[in-house]
Amino acid sequence: MAVVTAPHTDLSMDHAPTGLESLDVRKLGMWTFLGSECVFFGSLLAMYFVYRPMMFQVEHTPHEILNIPFTGILAFILLMSSLTMVLALSALQHDHRRTGSIWLLATAFLGMLFLGGQAIEFSKIAREGYTLRNSMFGQGFLILTGFHGTHVFIGIIWLLSCFMKAVRGGFHSGNYIGPEICGLYWHFVDVVWVAIFTLIYLV
Amino acid sequence: MAVTVASPDAPFAPVAPGTLAPHTTTAPYGQHRWAGWEWLATVDHKKIGIMYTLAGLFFFLMGGFEALLIRTQLIHPLNDFLHPDVFNQMFTMHATTMIFLAIMPINVGLGNYIVPLMVGAADMAYPRLNAFSFWLFLFAGIFLNLSFLMGGAPNTGWFSYAPLTEKGFGSNSGVDFWNIGLQLLGIASIAGAVNFIVTILKLRAPGMTFNRLPLFTWMTLVVSFLIIFSFPSITVALILLMFDRLMGTHFFVPGAGGDPLLWQHLFWFFGHPEVYILILPAMGIVSEILPVFSRKPIFGYTFIAYSGVAIGFLSFTVWAHHMFATGLGDFANGAFATGSFLIGVPTGVKIFNWIGTLWGGSIRYKTPMLFAVGFIAMFIIGGISGISLASPPVDYQQTDTYYVVAHIHYVLFGGAIFGIFAGIYYWFPKMFGRFLDEGLGKIHFWLVMVGFNTTFFPMHWLGTEGMPRRIYTYFPNYGWDFWNLVATIGSYILGAGVLVFVGNVLMTLLRPQQDLSNNPWEAATLEWATTSPPPAHNFDAVPVVYSRYPLWEDRHADASGSGHVEMATGAMPHTSIDERSHPADTAVAMGAGETGGHLAVADSADGEHAGGHAFHLPAPTIFPIVLAFGLILIAFALLFAPPILKITFLVTGVIYFCVSIYGWVKQVSD
Repeated sequence: MAVVTAPHTDLSMDHAPTGLESLDVRKLGMWTFLGSECVFFGSLLAMYFVYRPMMFQVEHTPHEILNIPFTGILAFILLMSSLTMVLALSALQHDHRRTGSIWLLATAFLGMLFLGGQAIEFSKIAREGYTLRNSMFGQGFLILTGFHGTHVFIGIIWLLSCFMKAVRGGFHSGNYIGPEICGLYWHFVDVVWVAIFTLIYLV
Repeated sequence: MAVTVASPDAPFAPVAPGTLAPHTTTAPYGQHRWAGWEWLATVDHKKIGIMYTLAGLFFFLMGGFEALLIRTQLIHPLNDFLHPDVFNQMFTMHATTMIFLAIMPINVGLGNYIVPLMVGAADMAYPRLNAFSFWLFLFAGIFLNLSFLMGGAPNTGWFSYAPLTEKGFGSNSGVDFWNIGLQLLGIASIAGAVNFIVTILKLRAPGMTFNRLPLFTWMTLVVSFLIIFSFPSITVALILLMFDRLMGTHFFVPGAGGDPLLWQHLFWFFGHPEVYILILPAMGIVSEILPVFSRKPIFGYTFIAYSGVAIGFLSFTVWAHHMFATGLGDFANGAFATGSFLIGVPTGVKIFNWIGTLWGGSIRYKTPMLFAVGFIAMFIIGGISGISLASPPVDYQQTDTYYVVAHIHYVLFGGAIFGIFAGIYYWFPKMFGRFLDEGLGKIHFWLVMVGFNTTFFPMHWLGTEGMPRRIYTYFPNYGWDFWNLVATIGSYILGAGVLVFVGNVLMTLLRPQQDLSNNPWEAATLEWATTSPPPAHNFDAVPVVYSRYPLWEDRHADASGSGHVEMATGAMPHTSIDERSHPADTAVAMGAGETGGHLAVADSADGEHAGGHAFHLPAPTIFPIVLAFGLILIAFALLFAPPILKITFLVTGVIYFCVSIYGWVKQVSD
């Protein structure tokens, strides 16, 4: 049995780097999952566009049904929550526990505002008869935006659990992977809303 | 930093385990607790892999039994062995079981056991998530089959075309079981696929570049990407159908403005990648076995690896070849036919490379090799009938006939199952420390080979003569009698072959463990560099890889690392494979003799640059199984109509769900 020196530095330089070395294991998992989510929302959007021509034959166009300025404000709120998320992460990375916690809470709060607005919107169109059962537009719109809302809801729970840990000092410059991954998810949900808002409300 | 050198038989034995082994916290468990606890709470990828494989084999037997019932019904014209509706349930459950509950889980089980060992890791990237995937799959499988007892199994065929699946179109409550069961299986599959991707991308041993990744690992990686990109599509389809059936929407009800064709698009956008999800791991297994039993490196490694990737990409561009008969128009048909023909190219590349591997090798016909070679032969037949089906005019004639049945069985049985059998015979010594019986293995192979071809080859003719699939009986004057009789007899031979396999496994497991060496097949990849069966932490030290064939380094010189191979004579001293990876100032680890091969190992503290090798194995935990159980309770709540049952199951399920999520998160953050 012989003991020799390991050529570690040479190994890492010699074998073509994959670009993955610096990526955290958990973060890669989240990226992979978000890739899957892209197809999920892509399929839902495709579903909406398959039914869109049929909706117009018997019903009003989305522009006549939806209150676009109101939802525009909601979209703005959700976009702002991405900003607060970035601020939260940045604060935690720099050991500003208090600031970071506040921004996390603010992010969750903005998410809740968005969900509240969505509830108002849903009940309004349901009152006008665009429900799951009665309307082509209703079912397509409610399933699509409803699943997005579910994602926001899960994100809020996640943000709150990050907040709970952050106030107790669970995150610092050496460990901020939790809020970072949560942030990835949150930004993704935000981007999905940008797509939905553009394609459903504005187009 | 120290690298120790292996003696041939026990590469890691000289290494002091106390200093090198990753932290394991399994010790407090298993001693004072019920033995089953070790399995219920395990996060060990090897235990989970074994459970996946065994559960998959169990469902395989169930699906096989259903197939025998189907064949018995069709043994002669106007048979009344099965009620027509039971017949519908049988073919639906046969296909659903084989695809989602047998082939996929066995592939995942073998992958679970072997991939971390192959890449030199201590476990999967997320051991708890891994346990969750398994339990959710198992519960969802049981859930699906409970439909037999609760109002009838699904009866709409495995792709459950709308609007047949809608209420009022002849479907039963089994469709809800099918729908929700598949959604849960989708969650389990996506979680498992994320786990595999991260494991393969991040936990490879130092030196294991993509160009040195074993081909089974390559194919598992491709399959995992297929899963994460294809399953969401069927999930959306299933959700829409669920809302249709349970909430009164009309997504797929034509009379109310719904579009049944959307179901087909969403389903086949998943369904076509799915067939590659089933077959690619088998291709990976065969690509591992052929070199070992031909005693020469794989021919055209790079082509096999990247044609797998090409198949993966192309599989997303061909889904509508399942829908030629729906009238998509000439342009769409032409485009999708082109894509389908194109898939023949990378597939053919693989077949030629496998044959090239056999060419000039000194072949040992052990049972794994028999199945691997059988795989090639059967898969060629299935591939060729697939090429003919890719042509729209031919497809117009053959679609929904027994020709299609013959094709899918040549690909999924002659392909996937042959590969799986090969893999089980090949890795069984690693998993259980004993060989499956060779004699019984050969009987198993020949019974399956003869039975399989007797069953399915005549179906090509039956289909060409116009026998539609899924009919529960037929009239005597159609000219289908003889070949149906032959096919049914063949299926009994096939069943006998599978029984021999079951007997072989049971007998072998009852025998005392053999004192096997680490590498009884004289294979080349890392899973053979540790004991059989491996310890809980897999490797006492992180292996360092210098070539595609770490355990063959002294036998085959692969100077360029890209496929140029010279055979080293047995008496030759150790030959370094890749000089660039052995800096001149470094004394190179040296194997002692021709059989052992050398393997450098680095202790775990040194392995950090590979990302994640300072790996902390989590303690056994009960939360994954509780979480999976909670999801099943919620699934039942969706199905039950009486409010009291609905609310009870919903509340209990949500409590299980919340408690296990909380416990899980708490465990992780502690």
